[in-house]
Amino acid sequence: MTQTMEGPQGPIETDPAKTEAILSARSLTRSFQGFKAVDDLSLDLHQGEILGLIGPNGAGKTTMFNMLAGSLLPSSGSILLDGKDISREGAEKRLRRGLGRTFQIPRPFPEMTVLENVLCGAQGQSGERAISAFFRPGKSRQDEARALEKARHLTDFLMLSHLENEKARVLSGGQRKLLELARILMADPKVILLDEPAAGVNPTLLQEIMARIVTLNEQGVSILLIEHNMDMVARLCSRVMVMALGQKLAEGAPNAVIRDPEVVRAYLGDAA
Amino acid sequence: MIDLLSYGAFFLTMALTYAVICLGLNLQWGQTGLFNVGVAGFVAVGAYVSSILTTPAIDGRLGGFDLPIVIGWLGGGLGAGILCFLLGALTLRLRADYLAIATFGAAVVIQLTLLNLEGITGGPFGIGFIPRPFGGLAENPSLFAIANLGVLILLVLVSYFALQRLTRSPWGRVLRALREDEEAAKALGKDPVTYRLQAFAIGGFIMGLGGAAQAHFIGFIAPDNYMPTLTFQVWTMLIVGGSGNMRGAILGAVLVWAIWALSGSLVASVFPPDQQARAASLQIVLIGVALCLVLLLRPYGILGEAGTVRAPLRRALRRDLNSHSEGQKTDV
Repeated sequence: MTQTMEGPQGPIETDPAKTEAILSARSLTRSFQGFKAVDDLSLDLHQGEILGLIGPNGAGKTTMFNMLAGSLLPSSGSILLDGKDISREGAEKRLRRGLGRTFQIPRPFPEMTVLENVLCGAQGQSGERAISAFFRPGKSRQDEARALEKARHLTDFLMLSHLENEKARVLSGGQRKLLELARILMADPKVILLDEPAAGVNPTLLQEIMARIVTLNEQGVSILLIEHNMDMVARLCSRVMVMALGQKLAEGAPNAVIRDPEVVRAYLGDAA
Repeated sequence: MIDLLSYGAFFLTMALTYAVICLGLNLQWGQTGLFNVGVAGFVAVGAYVSSILTTPAIDGRLGGFDLPIVIGWLGGGLGAGILCFLLGALTLRLRADYLAIATFGAAVVIQLTLLNLEGITGGPFGIGFIPRPFGGLAENPSLFAIANLGVLILLVLVSYFALQRLTRSPWGRVLRALREDEEAAKALGKDPVTYRLQAFAIGGFIMGLGGAAQAHFIGFIAPDNYMPTLTFQVWTMLIVGGSGNMRGAILGAVLVWAIWALSGSLVASVFPPDQQARAASLQIVLIGVALCLVLLLRPYGILGEAGTVRAPLRRALRRDLNSHSEGQKTDV
């Protein structure tokens, strides 16, 4: 609700008409029994950018993420997607509005095949409504065929096509990360919140994942990225925000921010 | 010989009424993970609604609409389905274990209501003279038994294929996704409450249908038929057969009913008449032992969960396998 625009800290946000923020958080706060995991934090993700969200462990990044994605309701503050207040909506509604997320620890449906996992990301399928599934099998088969084609395209894009018919539980950690991404891309999100897509991924696969993220961004998807791999952040993000102890510590171009003495101190464990 | 045949038909018909109920529970528990421990209550609602709709009017009891049996059965299913919907709407938003408490409570309330609402349900005396399908054939017992068996086989098949159509559709896939990881399914835009509510209500409809069929087959119902033992029996059937697997649900119903019926005759022949009422508890013990054995030897039931990939999808996959297996290289 509070429409307070941040001061001159952010380099590009004074003219909303020119640099429309597709996703913005306004003074978000979340406390857990008195402890403020996120404390009065505002953030703007602009149309078509990759914004990095970094910070030491326990900085509140994932809490921030969960609030943006809708898995956690904020204690106060508001979240706007395309200018619309979505603060009180659940994750499933936000996804239908075009805001998707991956999980830090991937959560595949273990007993379903890779292809079925990806198909679960399809939106607006008539076969997902009990009545259409029962009374209009033709229409749902048609939708399913279209979804299947798209799912195949995505498994191909994310190097999973040889595993299509394997149960998701047999996938390696890196493959699970890819599956997370494939599933969410199935929903055609405008904004993706990526939670540590590189954690536990071997260097070769990491290069591939980065290439895919760039491709997506070129296709117009705006991305908010949590990542500990500074090299990846520096290469992918046009802008970085640093969090420590639930608050914003710095914001700006990756190379400048990483050298900021405050940031270095926070990472070396002297944040207090 | 004829006697044996009619007994076989009678036995199978009864087992198949349980199979229908078990299919309903399979949709709720096996496919969706909804812990319904009030099966007896929903079966009772199906049985009573159908009986009230189809029996002729009787003095001193409200209802008795003398409607065709088909309408009674549909009414019974709808009654149980609507009840499940209302109960689900109240409790499915809460933590999963609340559903168990609520359904158990509902079953007790339903049983007590049937017992005390004499003006509608006949109270402890229940409802008698429930019209049986092919009642006109009653003079020829074996033909009558076989005709009834035919009706029940048809009902099981219709329920089976209807549920298969649902569970193999994308709708069924969402149910499984929600069962496996609700948080992840929500992140993919699936609203858990809506899907669970639908599955719970449809499962309730099938249970009510099974209850109605059973009532018309026995011809007489009373509140005593719908004690928690019934819930226990149906659960055992599903677990023994393999929850999540519809064929398992049917197989489990027939097997457990066989144990139940055979042990019943055994008790009747072995124990002296004055001990029989007490010895009948052995039946429940036997069912319990069967359940333990299955859980020890085949933890997922005799048939386990079937692969639920859509058959056409599987065919398409096989077709494309050759063309795809070579083209793993991705171009970005």
